[in-house]
Amino acid sequence: MLNTPTTSTQSSDISVDKVSLRYGSGEGSVLALDGLSLDVGRQEFCVIVGPSGCGKSSLLYLIAGLEDRTGGMIKVGGRPVNDAGADRGMVFQAYTLFPWLTVKQNVEYGPKRKGMPSAERNRIVDHYLAEIGLSGFRDHYPSQLSGGMKQRVAIARALANDPEVLLMDEPFGALDSQTRHSMQQLLLSVWEHSKKTVLFVTHDIDEAILLADRVFVMSGRPGQILADLSVPFARPRHMDLVMEPDFIAMKREILGLLKNNGGH
Amino acid sequence: MTDKNLLKSLTTPYQSIPHGVVIFLGIAVWVIVLAVWVALTYGEIVKPMFLPKPHEVLDTTLALAADGTLWEHTFASTQVVIIGFVLSSIVAVPLGLTMGTYRVVQAFLDPLVNFIRYLPVTSFVPLFILWIGIGIEQRVSVIIFGIFFQQLVMIADSARSVPRDLVNASYTLGTRRRETVWHIVFPATLPNVLDVLRVTMGWAWTYLVVAELVAARSGLGYISLKAMRGFQVDVIFMAIAMIGILGLLTDQIFRLLRRFVAPWAN
Repeated sequence: MLNTPTTSTQSSDISVDKVSLRYGSGEGSVLALDGLSLDVGRQEFCVIVGPSGCGKSSLLYLIAGLEDRTGGMIKVGGRPVNDAGADRGMVFQAYTLFPWLTVKQNVEYGPKRKGMPSAERNRIVDHYLAEIGLSGFRDHYPSQLSGGMKQRVAIARALANDPEVLLMDEPFGALDSQTRHSMQQLLLSVWEHSKKTVLFVTHDIDEAILLADRVFVMSGRPGQILADLSVPFARPRHMDLVMEPDFIAMKREILGLLKNNGGH
Repeated sequence: MTDKNLLKSLTTPYQSIPHGVVIFLGIAVWVIVLAVWVALTYGEIVKPMFLPKPHEVLDTTLALAADGTLWEHTFASTQVVIIGFVLSSIVAVPLGLTMGTYRVVQAFLDPLVNFIRYLPVTSFVPLFILWIGIGIEQRVSVIIFGIFFQQLVMIADSARSVPRDLVNASYTLGTRRRETVWHIVFPATLPNVLDVLRVTMGWAWTYLVVAELVAARSGLGYISLKAMRGFQVDVIFMAIAMIGILGLLTDQIFRLLRRFVAPWAN
């Protein structure tokens, strides 16, 4: 059941090189990230796990181009990141569906901005709504959906725009644990079909190991990568994996890393 | 529902109550107001010079409606309110949204807007008469001056309260910065903007009457002033009732409009 991720043979899709981020200036400034580097290969699913406030979400915002880095270089698909763009789709922890648009209109928002004809948009909407199991909710408004449904549509909306990479900032953080598990399962199956490059941020270690090809363990303030661990479990993965001894051993390793570098 | 449960729901804070009770109470308040009016006038408690009898107001209204006077002045007032309100709104909505979205616009306008906002409109009426005369332009100016800056501030506030992550999400879907106001801020604030327009429409009526009382040759405020000079308190009552009815009507129109153009926000 063990396999080794083959990142070394693949070109890197997200390249973060000695990136630093400082909030404010002078005495009161805070160094959120300090010379952080990581690479994510094409079609790879990587997860950053770390304590809250360690700067993992900030890193994602930097890659998305929604915030400006203080130093270092970020490249996505070989191109330097200077601004937000449709090549980097993102799913947020907060619900960010446009409340004035129906599910269908939300999913086709990106393609419509690009000027895609409506017949083609319809085909894409049908495909992704089927993929997330919400075909029957095409004409519902976001306010009529549950939290889990909203995040499923947010994933569909990001993928429908066919981005180079998909950035996910604790997308299931606000959901109850039952919904969370089914969302993880759904995300894995959607990912198997689309094979996008994914960088996913969470503080939930189970979630990290379950989803990832590789897990980056991050320390708090200033944020740095403590370890880059390959996850050896074969796909498709099932929830029961969390009870396997190998899984628990890996979880213990990550917990140990976080504990030793936590409160300083 | 048993009587005990009904009593409990009526006395529980924030608890919704049966629809029938809502209608009953809505009618009841008017019945009470009219009953007090009837008692005070037919009971000879208040002199007719100060408070007219209900049937007198009705007779006067029917007479003035028949000879066209009522419609002429109602039309004159409505026209001024609509012109002033529309002129103010078509500038205040886009400018307010831009002001709430771009800090640079806010920094430029805030000091001026917040200064003017607190000046009483009534103190400018003499100045407007001096500058513009007593034509329709003067009344329109009073209305615009009265509601424009309030609209601006309230619309800018609702633009500022659009969640940042909604805007961020739109960037990651390919929205350009210069498209943000039109594609995100405008639809996101539409229900709020309509509420602001609904509220300021009511204020427009207030400022209209102020302007008409000071200087006008037509309108409901003007006939009220004329009626005061002739001790025709029934005409004043008619004018007040007419303004109330028009206000109620525009309020309902805005509510319907909101339900129609912003069906997601109920």
